Amino acid sequence: MLNDIFIAPFADMIAAPDFLLQVLWEGLVSGILYALIALGLVLIFRSSRIFNFAQGIMVVFAALTLVGLYQMGLPAWVSVAATLAVMFALAWSIERVVLRPLVGQPDIILFMATIGITLFLIGFGEIIFGGETKQMITAELGIPTGSITLEPWGGLLILEEKDITIVIVAGLLVAGLLAFLGKTRMGRAIRALGDDHQAAMSVGISLQTIWVLVWFIAGMIALVTGVAWGARAGVSFALEVIAYKALPVLMLGGLESISGAIIGGLMIGMLEKLFEIYWGQPLLGGNTETWFAFVLALIVLLFRPQGLFGEKIIERV
Amino acid sequence: MNALAGNYTTADGRKIGGVMMEMKNITLKFGGVTAISDISFDIHEGEIRAIIGPNGAGKSSMLNVISGFYHPQEGEVWFRGKKRPPMKPYEVARQGVARTFQNIALFDGMSTLDNIMTGRLTHMKAPMWRQALWWGGAEAEEVVNRRQVEKIIDFLEIQHIRKTPVGRLPYGLKKRVELARALAAEPKLLLLDEPMAGMNVEEKEDMSRFILDVNDEFGTTIALIEHDMGVVMDLSDRVVVMDYGRKIGDGTPDEVRKNQDVIDAYLGVEH
Repeated sequence: MLNDIFIAPFADMIAAPDFLLQVLWEGLVSGILYALIALGLVLIFRSSRIFNFAQGIMVVFAALTLVGLYQMGLPAWVSVAATLAVMFALAWSIERVVLRPLVGQPDIILFMATIGITLFLIGFGEIIFGGETKQMITAELGIPTGSITLEPWGGLLILEEKDITIVIVAGLLVAGLLAFLGKTRMGRAIRALGDDHQAAMSVGISLQTIWVLVWFIAGMIALVTGVAWGARAGVSFALEVIAYKALPVLMLGGLESISGAIIGGLMIGMLEKLFEIYWGQPLLGGNTETWFAFVLALIVLLFRPQGLFGEKIIERV
Repeated sequence: MNALAGNYTTADGRKIGGVMMEMKNITLKFGGVTAISDISFDIHEGEIRAIIGPNGAGKSSMLNVISGFYHPQEGEVWFRGKKRPPMKPYEVARQGVARTFQNIALFDGMSTLDNIMTGRLTHMKAPMWRQALWWGGAEAEEVVNRRQVEKIIDFLEIQHIRKTPVGRLPYGLKKRVELARALAAEPKLLLLDEPMAGMNVEEKEDMSRFILDVNDEFGTTIALIEHDMGVVMDLSDRVVVMDYGRKIGDGTPDEVRKNQDVIDAYLGVEH
């Protein structure tokens, strides 16, 4: 038994390093998607202290809109632009209809409101686009669909080109976002707003403008996530559940930290895949990916309640 | 000397300009409670104007009216010759009114430098897409504004804490960072809400010196609230005294000090 847990898996890894690489790569790609969802959550949390339960459904909604518009006959890239416009309209309406009347209410009320947004988007999306699973317009967007075969150490490693595209696009998106937040006036305003609303207003920051901006950025991230995930698994409302994977990511990474969300997402993606292949399937009958991330997060929380990368604010009394 | 006539010269020989801000018959109520009742006063260009009064007199409410956080039920606010419509705080800030808070409102997770940079927001105009791409004017703008901020950091002697997250700073330094952020906006009118509250004697002296220097060096008009009488009398050119939401005195420190109503409010009256 101990041998099965502590020795055999590692022996397998060493015996077939190409297979190990393959597992890590698969994990990395799903990890990136977790990280993107977590990133949307972190952005909104930092600028408004709202835990946005609707981030997952926003992913589905963005992907559905994109595919739906394409099916109505718009060219692929026009559909992308139109979807961005829809996401902006969504951000604007959420600020106007939901957030503005609730300014200053306890956080839990705002959290409940985002559950309301989730349910609304599920119903609204089904009415407009129908509930059946759709094919993502991968090829039409110019995303390559072939695969590259490598032979490290005489083994076999297959990298799908669309996964490579996802990794590159996600990397660019994150780099751009970090630069935007860290180095620009608007980015600074977003960070400031999260720290103190009153002070932010006193230096000329408009709450409303920033909230619309942040929800729009979250919408953009949702679209990228939706395209990427849709390309791998099709577009359906079942996608929404991947949003729950962002929860353990945030527990690991902390709700405030962008780099935490990214590293947390990648770690969970890769660790859950490793665990599934080397421990879950041989010992536990598989399907561990649904719960592994949560258990890992709980263990981390036992030792570091603020998450691995959370900002620890020291309060002076 | 008649202050209402416009320009005047202070005791220490500084020339004070015309009226910058005028509050006319302001009344502010919260439900049934009247926080400010029918108060009028003005603030001149280049002046250090104090609003004093015992706790609960309505001083902070008055400052919140000026900075747009509260909207009075009655009365008018005139700023630089124009009647001001009801404005949101960020709109007031963009007009050139900066403020500090009684309970220090800083961005705790950000460094001193970043906190002060937020004060420059109203001066940074590059459109969002350029900032996002870090392209065109955006970088040059950042550099120019950074230079201005460094000047203020020098001025307030906080070089050593530039990179420190402000959440870790001691109280007195936080107050100074907050002042720096307000100054970074190069405000036409600077509002200070109890700048010396909770400070020890040495910190109070430092803060007084900075306030005088700011007024002297940049010519900034300053309105401040304080309940430490001694400090106020030394600092300010003219003083409004409030008690229970009413104005009970207005004039130079000497005039106010001799005002019987003021003495009663501070020392209590025997009935």
